[in-house]
Amino acid sequence: MLDRDEDILQAAEEWKKAGRGVALATVVETWGSAPRPAGSSLVINDEGAFLGSVSGGCVEGAVVTEALDIIASGKPKLLEFGVADETAFNVGLSCGGTIRVFVEKVA
Amino acid sequence: MNLETLAQVNIERAARRPVFVVTDVSNGDQRLVKAADLASDPLRNELSKQLRMGKSAVVEAADGKKLFINVYAPTAKMVIIGAVHISQALAPLARSLGYDVTVVDPRTAFATPERFPDVNVVAEWPDVALPPLNVDHYTAFVAVTHDPKIDDPALLHAFKSNCFYIGALGSRKTHAKRVERLKAQGATDADLASIHAPIGLPIGAISPGEVAVAIMAQITAQLRLPKEGAA
Repeated sequence: MLDRDEDILQAAEEWKKAGRGVALATVVETWGSAPRPAGSSLVINDEGAFLGSVSGGCVEGAVVTEALDIIASGKPKLLEFGVADETAFNVGLSCGGTIRVFVEKVA
Repeated sequence: MNLETLAQVNIERAARRPVFVVTDVSNGDQRLVKAADLASDPLRNELSKQLRMGKSAVVEAADGKKLFINVYAPTAKMVIIGAVHISQALAPLARSLGYDVTVVDPRTAFATPERFPDVNVVAEWPDVALPPLNVDHYTAFVAVTHDPKIDDPALLHAFKSNCFYIGALGSRKTHAKRVERLKAQGATDADLASIHAPIGLPIGAISPGEVAVAIMAQITAQLRLPKEGAA
C-alpha cells in the first residue's frame, strides 16, 4: 500500500510495446540488512538502459549484465547476492545482507 | 512476465485496485490475481496477509512449492480536513510514512503553502475540494477543523467512499453532538460507528505533535492489524 515503484512497470510496458527487448528483475527474498525490500524491481532494456533498483546501487551492474543474457535466452533466473559469496561482495553488497533477485524476460 | 500480464498489472494499479503476481521462481510459472478474485483464490489467506502488510514475500504452497507473491497495493492517501496546527504536524509525519497528503480548508488564511510546504493544499469547501481527490478505500480521512460547517459535509463524503480510516477531532461530548447532526443528514449507524472519535490512540497526547503521533499510530493500526485487532 505504500509502494512507490509505480513508474518502473509502466516503463517496462512502454519499452516492450516500442519493440525493445525487456527484462524485469525483482527482489524476492532478503536476509539481514538488505537495502531494498522484496518486491523492489529494476527494469532493463536491450540497450542496457535501466530504471528502478534492487539494492540501492550495490548489485545493479551485475543484474543488468545477467538481464541482457536473459533477454537473449528468454530463460528466467534466480540470482543470489550476499557477503558469503566472494564475487557478490566484489560487486558491492557490503552492507551484510543477502538478497535473491528473480530476473525474467518480458515476453 | 508476459506483456499481457504486465499490462493488466498496470491497468489495476492505475485504477488503484490491489493486484498480485504469483511466481514459481524455480521455473518462472506465473499468474495474476486481481483483488476481485481474491476471495476465491486457493492462496487467499496468504495473499490477504501480504496485502494487509503491504509486503511482497515468498510463501510455501500446500504442495511444497515456493511461490513469490508480489503485491501491488495502491499508494495510501491521507486527506486532512482543516489546515490547523495539528495538521501542520500530521502532514509531514504522514508523508514520511509514504502517504500522499492533501489538506483541505476553505479558510484561506489557514490553507497556505507557507504553512504546508510539500503538501497539496486546497483552499476550498469540502463539496468543491473532495470530488476531484477521488477519496477511496486506500484513503485515511482525518477531520480536525473543529467546525461542523467544514467537518460535517466532509465526513458525509468520506462515508460514501469506503475509506479504511475515518477520524474526527473532538471530545466525547462534541462527538455525541456531531453524531446527532450527521444522523439528521442521513448518515447510517454503520457510518457513524466508523468514525474514530475522540481521534487518535489514547497516549495522553497534549501538544499538536503528540496528537499527530496518536492519530498516525491509530491509522497505522487500522491499516496493518487484522480487522478484529484494529484500534
